[in-house]
Amino acid sequence: MQALTPAAAAIELRGIEKSFGSVHAVRGVSLRIEAGTITGIVGENGAGKSTLMSILYGLYRADAGEIWVDGRLVEMASPRDAIAHGIGMVHQHFMLIDTFTVLENMVLGAEGGVLLAGGLAAARAELARLARDYGLSVDPDARIADLSVGEQQRVEILKVLFRGARILILDEPSAVLTPQETDRLFRILQTLKERGVSVVLITHKLREIMAATDRVYVMRQGLVVVERRTADTNSEELAELMVGRKVHLDLDKAPTRWGEVLLRAEHLSLVDDRGVRLLDDVELELRAGEIVGIAGVTGNGQSELLQVLAGIRPPSGGQLTVCGHVLDAHHPGNPAQMRALGLAHVPEDRLRQGMVAAFEASETSILGYQDGPPFTRHYLLDGPAVGAHCARLMESFDVRPRSPALRSSNFSGGNQQKLVLAREIARKPKVLLVGQPTRGVDIGAIEFIHRELVKARDAGCAVLVVSVELDEILSLADRILVMFAGRIVGEVEPGRADERTLGLMMAGADAA
Amino acid sequence: MRPPRRSLSGALPVWAEVALLPLVNIALAFIVVGLIVAIIGVDPFHALRLLVVGALGSSESIGYTLYYATNFTFTGLAVAVAFHAGLFNIGGEGQAYIGGLGCGLAVLALDRWLPAWLMIPIAIAAAALFGAAWAAVPAWLQAWRGSHIVITTIMFNFVASALMVYLMVNVLIAPGSMTPQSRTFAPSGRIPAMHDALQAIGITVAPSALNLSILLALACCVAVWVFLWHTPWGYALRTMGHNPEAAVYAGTSLRRMTMLAMCLSGALAGFVGVNELMGVHHRIVLDFPAGYGFAGIAVALMGRNHPLGIALAALLFGALQQGGAELAFEIPTITREMVVVIQGLIILFSGALAHLPRPWLQILFARRAS
Ligand SMILES: Nc1ncnc2c1ncn2[C@@H]1O[C@H](COP(=O)(O)OP(=O)(O)OP(=O)(O)O)[C@@H](O)[C@H]1O
Ligand SMILES: [Mg+2]
Repeated sequence: MQALTPAAAAIELRGIEKSFGSVHAVRGVSLRIEAGTITGIVGENGAGKSTLMSILYGLYRADAGEIWVDGRLVEMASPRDAIAHGIGMVHQHFMLIDTFTVLENMVLGAEGGVLLAGGLAAARAELARLARDYGLSVDPDARIADLSVGEQQRVEILKVLFRGARILILDEPSAVLTPQETDRLFRILQTLKERGVSVVLITHKLREIMAATDRVYVMRQGLVVVERRTADTNSEELAELMVGRKVHLDLDKAPTRWGEVLLRAEHLSLVDDRGVRLLDDVELELRAGEIVGIAGVTGNGQSELLQVLAGIRPPSGGQLTVCGHVLDAHHPGNPAQMRALGLAHVPEDRLRQGMVAAFEASETSILGYQDGPPFTRHYLLDGPAVGAHCARLMESFDVRPRSPALRSSNFSGGNQQKLVLAREIARKPKVLLVGQPTRGVDIGAIEFIHRELVKARDAGCAVLVVSVELDEILSLADRILVMFAGRIVGEVEPGRADERTLGLMMAGADAA
Repeated sequence: MRPPRRSLSGALPVWAEVALLPLVNIALAFIVVGLIVAIIGVDPFHALRLLVVGALGSSESIGYTLYYATNFTFTGLAVAVAFHAGLFNIGGEGQAYIGGLGCGLAVLALDRWLPAWLMIPIAIAAAALFGAAWAAVPAWLQAWRGSHIVITTIMFNFVASALMVYLMVNVLIAPGSMTPQSRTFAPSGRIPAMHDALQAIGITVAPSALNLSILLALACCVAVWVFLWHTPWGYALRTMGHNPEAAVYAGTSLRRMTMLAMCLSGALAGFVGVNELMGVHHRIVLDFPAGYGFAGIAVALMGRNHPLGIALAALLFGALQQGGAELAFEIPTITREMVVVIQGLIILFSGALAHLPRPWLQILFARRAS
């Protein structure tokens, strides 16, 4: 039958509209997702990508517009409808139960009968089939808590397939992955595509769009501004279409003017409750006026290093000197004390650590700085001062919409990121620790954030950057330290370094 | 991206959220109550009239309604403060009990020597201190030992009750008394009754249990509001409640904040003892918390954990308590237990089922908007 009519798109959206109060998030978007293809959606922060996908998945109701699945007009009142129509979505914050096994998570909500045993056995068989068909191998009996982020994401994808999805929506899937895990994810997506699954991919990384997609839609301010076959375009053009101007990602930096040492770690170590050595004899010096980049495969102690330097976790051994103040295992600092010493910290997982989703943006904009002036006077929070501060941050970092009273979680993902970055950088700290500076932000914001970091360095700030993006580290850093297995295994000058030597060092090979 | 936001799109205007929705909930509850009352053979409208008149029909009944509301306000605030910190304090009952012990002990020790203007503040402070101390133990156990606060606060209710029986029977009982109660407080250890206070400025109202503790309750509402939303400590406390990881990042010690939140919560619950013992009984008696601690959970739930909402919810609960008593008195087929059922239904509709009418309201508002 199908063959007689012109092949219907797997999904077609027509004239979708959505407003939140005065914010017109999606303004009449139409797009087609052909069966068995990978469709990319790019666009600046707040362009309406996530909102559009939430509408497709039934999380939001469109104010106007139609959703067609396989040539039929459908009603998406809830995710249940979406699942019934074969649409599945993988959220960036995984919806898995940590203490359950992969298999148990799989059957959650689809237990199939009163007794679990039958459902579990059936699920096990189905899981084996999916693993075979799509090359998605996970141990069904592993506990979620013991899996890496990449594996957890695979479980999420499996869960969606398990429910019979033919259309898979991924919203910034690579934001939390290491480059290796990202490669693996894209191989999986390719297999899915070959097996006839349609994939919708939202990402800020244009190289992923270029490498994986068949067709790409560019969104700006709630509109689809352009649609291209991926083969007919390139990253530069997409970047320009996204932000409406040319983007210059190459930084020209003034020569480094090294100042005094502001942060020094000596024999720093960290051992967790189970006796695992997360940091091992770390030696580090951070001078005023330089950007030090930490390169390494995720999970080799970078996150822990940031946490110890920021005072969140006390070191198990060694000594830390911050702006002349000595801290060690017996006299650990805490984040408040570190801030008082002039250290600011942009956490890697900003949405979880760096903000409170339920707070107004203005409240999020003082997180960690709430005690003392200018925000607290005579024991009371100065509401107008906090609001004005937030408005200033929003202005300088282009956080949209500029509404300090809006709930933090109602900002788009990238705008939440920018607000946290603004809070820490605008503080003009003496030492600035930044984890994943450009995670989740659009390409225009990447350019801006890089400039801000360089500006801080030129003003005499000591900047430490941890990033999984090697090119980011190569272009930002004055010195690069490589971490492997909790140790700093080498130092490279960015001028001399290339991705290959760095890669070897990161893998633990002796590059000396 | 962020975790998915609430799926229903049409957000309600604030006034509908805080006023209309609760009113609809109460109306629903009353419809169900009316049906039940009709089933047992009583005219529901007659019962409703009796209830309303019983709660608000005279200055005496209004006095009692407000007196009950005072207790509900204290325990409601207690639950709310802990809740904003992400802690579920079910120990209001015991904290009220021990708070009462605190103010009672202070009065028994000092009332013969101190004038009222000194005695009353000291006794109020003692109530806060004892209530806080009783909450501090479960808080400490959770913060340092990881024992869950829901379990320990419940256990501490029993411990408080047993302790009070022991003390009243063996230690604090008035010499020669047959009932387990202490000697009467001297006048300096009593909080003036409202009808006396009003009399002093020339207004005559019927006597009731209402006393000036209600001013303390109002002051607590304002203080809690200022504390939670306008001080850096309240800010840190709410941060912990929403996102402990962010609180750690911000430099808040979760242990210290747990202690602070629970101590404040316990102190607020302890004020029930002030209202009951210094305001009404004028001696230490057994069992005066009478379920206010537990009802505080419902009051906080219904008041959306906001002091203003809590004050309103406390008024409603006070009116139900007072009107319900009158109802049981007037109509023999409606027993005390029946009144408890009515309260339970209201709690059910405004707590557990609070969002039941939300979709209808949303459709209503969406229609009006378009
Ligand atoms: N629940 C909400 N309430 C109010 N405004 C909202 C809500 N959800 C989204 N918005 C607004 O809608 C606009 C689009 O947001 P959306 O999350 O779709 O952007 P996005 O394209 O996914 O951006 P990003 O790349 O930053 O993730 C933003 O301005 C955002 O502030
Ligand atoms: Mg998004």
